Formats: sequence, structure tokens, C-alpha cells
Amino acid sequence: MAQVSIEDQSGETTLITLRIARYNPQKDDSKSFMEFEVPAQKWTTVLEAILDVKKNFDHSVAVRYSCRQATCGSCGMIINGKPRLACFTKISELNSNVVTVEPMNNFPIIRDLAVKFERLFDTHHKIKPFLIRDDTELETDAKEFLQSPEELEQYIQFANCIKCGLCNSACPTMAMDSSFVGPQALAQAYRYVADSRDKGKNSRLKIIDDSHGIWRCHFAGSCSQVCPKGVDPAMGIQFLRGYLLGFRS
Amino acid sequence: MRESTIMKIHYGTALAAIALVAVHILMRLTTNFADSLEYENVLANYKFLPYALMLELILILLSIHGFNGLRVILLELKQGRMYEKAVSYGCVAAMFGLIAYGSRTIIMTNMGMT
Repeated sequence: MAQVSIEDQSGETTLITLRIARYNPQKDDSKSFMEFEVPAQKWTTVLEAILDVKKNFDHSVAVRYSCRQATCGSCGMIINGKPRLACFTKISELNSNVVTVEPMNNFPIIRDLAVKFERLFDTHHKIKPFLIRDDTELETDAKEFLQSPEELEQYIQFANCIKCGLCNSACPTMAMDSSFVGPQALAQAYRYVADSRDKGKNSRLKIIDDSHGIWRCHFAGSCSQVCPKGVDPAMGIQFLRGYLLGFRS
Repeated sequence: MRESTIMKIHYGTALAAIALVAVHILMRLTTNFADSLEYENVLANYKFLPYALMLELILILLSIHGFNGLRVILLELKQGRMYEKAVSYGCVAAMFGLIAYGSRTIIMTNMGMT
């Protein structure tokens, strides 16, 4: 086990133990953990610590990342037991010298911390994540589809979804029901249903009104707890139920 | 049947059952608990038509609500086309079976088969 030391913001040397889950489904029977002593400063993120391990100790650690600024949604993982974005989680905010990183729950593992996103993208695609209209604002002489601030307010927070999958990872129903649509897709269904420019409400509601659709949500609320972008999928799901029960139109 | 329709029935039966079970409990409070379970008193309840109809309604409401709840739990436990069909039809059959069995008691009492 190698050790690298640096100075934290108070000038003292700080090392943290990074425990990384290692698992290759093609070779391993079960998940194991490797420990690395890595340096951490006040602003060091978990992703930077993992990349430090890849650079200095073990380049074979599999991790997916891209933007490093909580925009691409690639680096979702379980950090100290909670689904978080590695690039958006500072080690200092974890209040622990031991940081354990594991792949997200409810996703098949490709290797180590990298998981397959097929189910997330399939369910996202299934709910038709686009405006459905017969006309278009792209034609000559056509006017743009105007919207009032109040109409925008109805759905704007749901448009912040970056498809990182943390909500699906935290969802207890996703763990049990392999056919469940999931909070990410349901929140996106609400995003378009609530959009005043959209005319595809009925077709979208029909898709989610299924035995493995919106009614299987138990309202645990864990999806909303873990969203790094402040989206509240649990609230969107309740609003969608309002449409299906006739309380909203 | 669409899942939203099933769930509307699910919520509706729950609310109706709460109201009727409350009436049922109030009726039981008209006499002390031990007396209310006396054989003759139970028969008298079944023979009092409005009360017997209310008990029948409670049986139907709770059977619908309970077996749909069971269906939902079983659908979450395991997935698969055949399994899901078996669960759905099985729960409907069990619901009708329970309603038939409970109704039989009320009908037999009113026919004097006690």
C-alpha cells in the first residue's frame, strides 16, 4: 500500500483511506475492496481521489467520468453508503477519514465502479422525452411556442435531470421490481406532461399507467434525497398520480 | 383493466371499508364484548338484514382491497409474463372464493341452516 502525503488547508498533512470496490463479473465471484492511502485537501473530490489512485497506484480501477462538474451524470456511485456523484462530493464533507466507493445499486456492473445504463436509458426513452405536437416552430412564418413564467415554473426543476441514475440507485422498488419504470423516467414523464407546449400527455400517461409503472412507487422519497441537481422525482410522481386519479388536468 | 382504474378501486374500497368498519365497531359497542360473541347474538346479527348486508359489503370491500394488495406485493417480488398472469388471475379467483365463503355463512343463517 503506497502513501502520499500533502497539506490540508490548516497546513497539516492529511491522508485518507479510499476503499474501492473491485469486481469483474467475468472473473470474480463476489465484490472485494482494495484500500489506498490518498492525499486530500479541503476541495478534493472523491473523483479526484479515485483518479489519484488510477494515476499513482492502480491504473486498472474502472470508473466512468467525463465533465468533472456535475453536468454529464457519468460518475454516480455509492460513496460511504449513499448514492452520490463522485465529482460533486468533496471528501471533507463526508466527515470521515475512510471513504468507501462502490458501484451504484440496481444497475448491472460492467467492472469495479462502472455500471450499465441500458435500463435507465430504455425507460427514459420509453416515456417519450420530447415535446409532442403536430405543428412546429421551425417552419417559416411560424411563431415560437411562448410560455409564461408560471407555466415554466410547473416543470423547470425536472428539466435539470442529468440522467446520472442516482435516483434509480436509491429507489427500493427498483431493487425489487426489475420491470419498474423508475423515478428518473417518471420524473421526466412529469417534466413533459406539465409542459404547456406539450400535447402528448395522454400517450405518456398511458405508458406509465402500467402494472410496473407509476403505481409501484412506495413514496420512500430516497430518489429526491440523493438527486445532486435538486430534482424532486417523488413530488413529480405524486403530481403524475394526480393526473391519473383525476385531481389534475 | 387499466392499472389506474384498479388503483382507484383499491383506494375507494379502503376508504369505504374504514367507514363501514367504524359503523361495525360502533354496533359492537352497543353491548359488551363477551356478549357480542354469544352464539345467539351472532345469529341475530346475521338475521338482521341491514346489518347483514353491511357485513357482506365489508367482506366484499376488504376482499377486493386485500387481494389487490397481495397482487401488488407478489408482482413486485417476481416478474415474468406467465407469473404475472398467474398472480392476477389467482388473486381474482381467491377473492371470489373468499367472498363466496363469507356470503355462504350469512345465507345459511338466514335460511335457518344453523
